[in-house]
Amino acid sequence: MKFPYTEKVLEHFKNPRNVGKMENPDGKGLEGSPACGDMVAVYLQVDPDTHIIEDIKFESYGCASNIATASIITELAKGKTIEEAKKISWQEATDQLGGLPPVKAHCSVLAVEGLRAAIRDYEEKHGLVTEQEPTTVDVIRSRLKHVMNPMAGLDIVRTELVTKMEINDGVVRILIDLPSNHQFATNIKEEVLEKIESLWDVKEVNVVFTE
Amino acid sequence: MFDKMIYLDNSASTRLDEKVMDAMKPYYFDTYAVATSEFGYSMGIEAKEGLEEARETIASSIGASAEEIVFTSGDTEASNMAIKGVLAALKKKKGEHIVVSKIEDFSVLNTAKNLEKLGYGVDYISVNAEGIVDLDELKSKIRDDTVLVSIQHANQEIGTLQDLDSIAKICKEKDVLFHTDATHSYARVPIDVSKTPVDLISMSAHTIHGPRGVGALYVRKGTPLDKWMDGGFQETNRRGGLENIPGAVGFAKAVELATEKETEFLVSLRDYTIKRVFEEIPHVTLNGCKTQRTPQNANITFHYVEGESMTLHLDMRGFAVSTGSACFSRSLEASHVILGIGGDHERAHGSIRFTFGRYNSMEDVDAVVEAIKEIVSQLRAISPLFNK
Repeated sequence: MKFPYTEKVLEHFKNPRNVGKMENPDGKGLEGSPACGDMVAVYLQVDPDTHIIEDIKFESYGCASNIATASIITELAKGKTIEEAKKISWQEATDQLGGLPPVKAHCSVLAVEGLRAAIRDYEEKHGLVTEQEPTTVDVIRSRLKHVMNPMAGLDIVRTELVTKMEINDGVVRILIDLPSNHQFATNIKEEVLEKIESLWDVKEVNVVFTE
Repeated sequence: MFDKMIYLDNSASTRLDEKVMDAMKPYYFDTYAVATSEFGYSMGIEAKEGLEEARETIASSIGASAEEIVFTSGDTEASNMAIKGVLAALKKKKGEHIVVSKIEDFSVLNTAKNLEKLGYGVDYISVNAEGIVDLDELKSKIRDDTVLVSIQHANQEIGTLQDLDSIAKICKEKDVLFHTDATHSYARVPIDVSKTPVDLISMSAHTIHGPRGVGALYVRKGTPLDKWMDGGFQETNRRGGLENIPGAVGFAKAVELATEKETEFLVSLRDYTIKRVFEEIPHVTLNGCKTQRTPQNANITFHYVEGESMTLHLDMRGFAVSTGSACFSRSLEASHVILGIGGDHERAHGSIRFTFGRYNSMEDVDAVVEAIKEIVSQLRAISPLFNK
């Protein structure tokens, strides 16, 4: 019998490493959305002098690929400095697992995003972000790549649900190719706001639906 | 594989009953000729008799007469035949519009979507939170050019049963034909066409421990229906293609074996599952209707956990179930049924469908509930949504 998953994936799925919540983490990242699918949380404990990740934990509300990737990523990141950990790629995690079904890529990408979000959170909280980059359309685009299109299981940028992105004087305008009364319109809007409003120089976000 | 896999996915398909196999065998090895007319040779005449006896059994199970039954390759073909056959017969005389529900199985739903692409008009009727079709909306969507309403009897995922009498009455009043896909209720929930004015019914053998690749369409006498599957003159020129006589005979045997007593047994398995889960596992929701429900279906959302993770863990312990989670489906789309009953993705994400059959037991229910209890608490322990 052939499972779509490698032995390594199944092993990490059955016995995930470093699971659970961390009390008072130095950095925390949450990626995904319960409305659209999988979700992953990553917690970090970092040595303030060496910036080495001393402890890492994750939680997952997701499928086997999501759980296994998050598990292997915690193993890869533990003991590394945050600069080194930032470079852990989805490809590296997938290779370590012996591969994943292509259709499951987005479930596992979330785990990598979770780690990066936790590192960013640590850096922001500990004054390690030396200069704040101004928000550009590219920044908005990369953030919106984390918002799922529930109809497709891929993000709203790649599935071309976002038809326009603008930023003028801190005012962001995002055009979404869905009627405003669509069953997922509210969910998508909330998630877009969550991703964009937190940017330091953004004053206002307008999500516009096409009729 | 395990010594014993506990199979709880009987709405996907069922294990064949040996008695069905025994009934079919002679039509493969002894009476294997094609059905011939009474002027043919004796083996063909005998084969024809076997086929017609099977037709009689299927017909009488729903109060129909034998000539109203057309054997098909399954419910998908039956539904295609019904919808496309009626449209072809009536598009010039009456119109090109049909009405279906939003939670139909793909055999009807994708037929409708495809017809839409070809330029036909389709309206999709909503259902309430229990999966019951909105009858007022149905009334309002039937137009002068509507030729057919196709609304399932029982839902494939959540087991909700529609009120066929009320739907049939509306269709009769509005003078449109009514087709129902009864794949998941046939031989379990009675339908009597002498009392319910339904015009076309799709049925299948593989959901009741019969063979795969055989089903039937009931066509009420006088229903305008163009031939959809072109070919020879089989099935009184209503469906081309060699008759699947062993299949038809097996189908009839499966119908005979699906007794009322068995239906009661399935209800007891279903109710015991729901009872134990609700008593022993917190944060669960029953999907579908408590009372208007097929005997074999229990569909439950376990909140804060994801369905594919659950089914994989269950599989590793020897249980087969299915889920409406997007992660489980090849298309990565969440169940249109759970979304249709107003559930969000979270509801679909953690939904598990248990469907019971002849070879299940109360012990199977106990075993799966125990396994689910452990798996759910294990997965909730690592879920960021669950407040520990």
